Amino acid sequence: MSTRPTPRVRVPGNIKAGDIVEVKTLISHEMESGQRRGQDGKPIPRKIINRFTATFNGKPVFDADWHAAISANPYQSFFFKPSENGELKMVWKDDDGAEYTATSRITVS
Amino acid sequence: MAGPVVYRTRRNVLHMAALAAAASVIAPSLSKADSKAVEAEIKKLYDGKAMAEGRIKLDVPQIAENGLVVPITVDVESPMTEQNFVKAVHVYADGNPLPGVLTFRFSPLSGRASASTRMRLAQTQNIVAVAEMSDGSLFTTKAEVKVTIGGCGG
Repeated sequence: MSTRPTPRVRVPGNIKAGDIVEVKTLISHEMESGQRRGQDGKPIPRKIINRFTATFNGKPVFDADWHAAISANPYQSFFFKPSENGELKMVWKDDDGAEYTATSRITVS
Repeated sequence: MAGPVVYRTRRNVLHMAALAAAASVIAPSLSKADSKAVEAEIKKLYDGKAMAEGRIKLDVPQIAENGLVVPITVDVESPMTEQNFVKAVHVYADGNPLPGVLTFRFSPLSGRASASTRMRLAQTQNIVAVAEMSDGSLFTTKAEVKVTIGGCGG
């Protein structure tokens, strides 16, 4: 139906030890709620991204369960306090089992 | 003579159309969540445990012009250390077809128990947030959002 969801992530540069940074993410996805009916009167089946997780070097930072009430092309921002260099990994899980991943290198000065 | 018959038929047809329209308006509202549904969802998670007011800042617009995209930010007061942090925040909407909106889970690595996203609201309603702290205590707050155009999308 649509192209594969593409995540976009923004992490501030120039992070100092002890900083709390805000990570902003956006992913293209129709987030079909399962509440709508098509022109044939039949309900359109639900297809949303139901979970977002962010981990740093494998340790959980933040995660979110999204229900049908989350808007299309979901935006998610969260805070993060990196204490070392590493990799921030973000995963979006779709109702159909697909996973979309984005990673950011984090360097703390 | 044929006139009144046609007229009556036409009126019947109009009447039925009006009834059908009314039914389609009523039918979805029957399946809407309400504050009881929200309470039931919270009870499912925390089994009627006492909740205190406050500590959560629920940032939603007072008036949302477009119910399809309503920004929401939750910010919970907490030192966010290994010993004392916010475990989770659940958000519910009492006027949507389904009460659940989202759950955010934080960790000491979060640094700050705050997160933002955007939600769909079908009508003017209350948004309820419940925060669970690492010591198990619960806090709650709510805010009303007036929705000018609903976000149920057809």
